[in-house]
Amino acid sequence: MPLTTSAANPLIRWSYFTEQWDRIQEALLQHIQLTLLAVAAGFVISAGLAFLGLRYRWSIGPITLFAATLYTIPSVAFFGVLVNYLGLGLLTALIPLTAFTILILVTNILDGFNAVPAPVREAADGMGLTPTQRLFTVEIPIAVPYMINGLRIATVTTVGLVTVAAIIGYGGLGRLILDGLRRTFWTPLTIGASLSILLALLFDLLFFLLGAKLTPWAKRKQTL
Amino acid sequence: MTTSTPAIRLRGVTKRFPGSSEDAVSDLDLDVEQGSIVVLVGPSGCGKTTTLRMINRLIEPTSGTIEIEGQDVAALPTTQLRRGIGYVIQQVGLFPHRTIEANIATVPRTLGWDKGRIRARVEELVDVVGIDRHMLTRYPDELSGGQQQRVGVARALAADPPVLLMDEPFGAVDPIVRTRLQDELLELQSRVHKTIVLVTHDLDEAVKIADRIVLLNVGGVVEQYASPDQLLRQPASEFVASFVGEDRSMRRLNLSTVADLPYHHGPVVEVGASPAQARSAMEDEGSEWLGLTDGACFLGWVEGTEVVDGRRLGDLHRFLPAAQVRPDSSLRNAMEVILNSRTTVAVIDDDGAFGGVVTLERIRRALAAPAADDATSPEGALPDAANAGTAAADPATGHGR
Ligand SMILES: Nc1ncnc2c1ncn2[C@@H]1O[C@H](COP(=O)(O)OP(=O)(O)OP(=O)(O)O)[C@@H](O)[C@H]1O
Ligand SMILES: [Mg+2]
Repeated sequence: MPLTTSAANPLIRWSYFTEQWDRIQEALLQHIQLTLLAVAAGFVISAGLAFLGLRYRWSIGPITLFAATLYTIPSVAFFGVLVNYLGLGLLTALIPLTAFTILILVTNILDGFNAVPAPVREAADGMGLTPTQRLFTVEIPIAVPYMINGLRIATVTTVGLVTVAAIIGYGGLGRLILDGLRRTFWTPLTIGASLSILLALLFDLLFFLLGAKLTPWAKRKQTL
Repeated sequence: MTTSTPAIRLRGVTKRFPGSSEDAVSDLDLDVEQGSIVVLVGPSGCGKTTTLRMINRLIEPTSGTIEIEGQDVAALPTTQLRRGIGYVIQQVGLFPHRTIEANIATVPRTLGWDKGRIRARVEELVDVVGIDRHMLTRYPDELSGGQQQRVGVARALAADPPVLLMDEPFGAVDPIVRTRLQDELLELQSRVHKTIVLVTHDLDEAVKIADRIVLLNVGGVVEQYASPDQLLRQPASEFVASFVGEDRSMRRLNLSTVADLPYHHGPVVEVGASPAQARSAMEDEGSEWLGLTDGACFLGWVEGTEVVDGRRLGDLHRFLPAAQVRPDSSLRNAMEVILNSRTTVAVIDDDGAFGGVVTLERIRRALAAPAADDATSPEGALPDAANAGTAAADPATGHGR
């Protein structure tokens, strides 16, 4: 049955909010939780991979190829296949979501370190900073805007992807959308989709503000 | 030449970069005396930066040894070595994410100085390099290239290292500020006596600030290691001669000051002298003009034809000197003053007191004299014609006659 709006099935029925508030809230929190967990895990893995790449330059090619391959796997297939091995669980939802962040995060972290001008490194060494001091006081701070930019893109993309995990019962707001589609009922679909978009915009704004706060020195270059 | 161990000593230092078929620096021997400024000059790519970097071990030499105060640098931990060496890099390399203040404070911070001491030091340094204190809270991107370069110099000086390596430290500043920074450096050096190795493209800069100049050729080969005066006076090779250029005598004029010339009283007498004494003074100098002094004070010039018996010198019409120089003026400056006034003589104004005169001829003679013989060069042995310059033009109004 095609999904059309009518008096009986309007785009949004406002009473749904009060009647189903627990459901909406649960879905929203799960959505946020999945997003943050996936991005956090992705960041840890990407930082490790970037470290490897900076240590052994030759490994950057293989690392990027690996991350790009993960990125190309169709998400539905990824979730579906993992169910066979890991069952319907948080991990099954989290692994693909995490995998998709890696390409974005690794490339941004590497860009960040490559953005450290050679004379700046030379000055740091020339003044007798140890490699660790150089890493923490010079290279990481200069790479931070790039990292935040990576996190920003990764988070916004993940917010969208989380909805797909609904097919294995873990989709946060995606479950509202799926429910609406199944029952050809506009209201949950509209609410799920709108909240997902709002959430993405909110994260985007938060990362922008975080970036501005952490990198006052780059303020003239920052744009919304 | 010297009995004390040089502050920096390079022996047979060679660097060949991997994949290169030529040495960037080859078999370099260099002694830098404690408290002196040695300037490396030479064409682009001749190994100046490489040499500096080998001293603080940013680059390890392929062979040879480098010692700082008798200590082999290869035996020191690099971080310890580098904290004792101020390094100004060619491309400045300020930390973009740190304020000017934090940039300058980098080494004191790693050395664990307390906040008050760091703050005081930073403020002292910005004054030295001529950066406004209100810029301390800015980021490097918000400064001009020349200002950044000065911050780079301040940063290198921060922990008061005994040794400074400066790679074209004033390359990006305009000529006026550059001159000021050079003067600052010399002034600072006269107080703190650092051992400085400085790289520049600018021969005038080298001549001005160096105690000794190393002229390198491509491949890091030393063409000449000499004092600026020696380098200009006796270029050791064709290469050096062409590098220092045709105008090397003009450059030498920058090296000496009016005070370096032997005292020359000139055709000048006390205002109370007799006309006979005055004429004899003018004859000795072959001058048609007579200068009058009253004690330490120079009163002016009078025309020789007016000096006749029976007229008091003090009653003659006096012209104020057209050209005046100070004892610390460079000879180049003195020459400039004389040529611009179209006279051939300038009066030396030694803080208000008459300090003798300078003539073009005296300047020429100073250049011609081999440095070592300056003191013994017999004035009288020169032909009288040498003094003719004094009379060639009107010292008072600058008009030739
Ligand atoms: N890291 C490096 N790897 C390979 N070759 C290098 C490296 N650094 C310098 N060289 C080469 O060594 C030679 C000397 O370079 P260096 O930077 O010391 O020259 P320079 O005298 O400082 O030149 P400039 O006046 O242009 O700064 C050059 O031929 C340069 O190409
Ligand atoms: Mg160089």
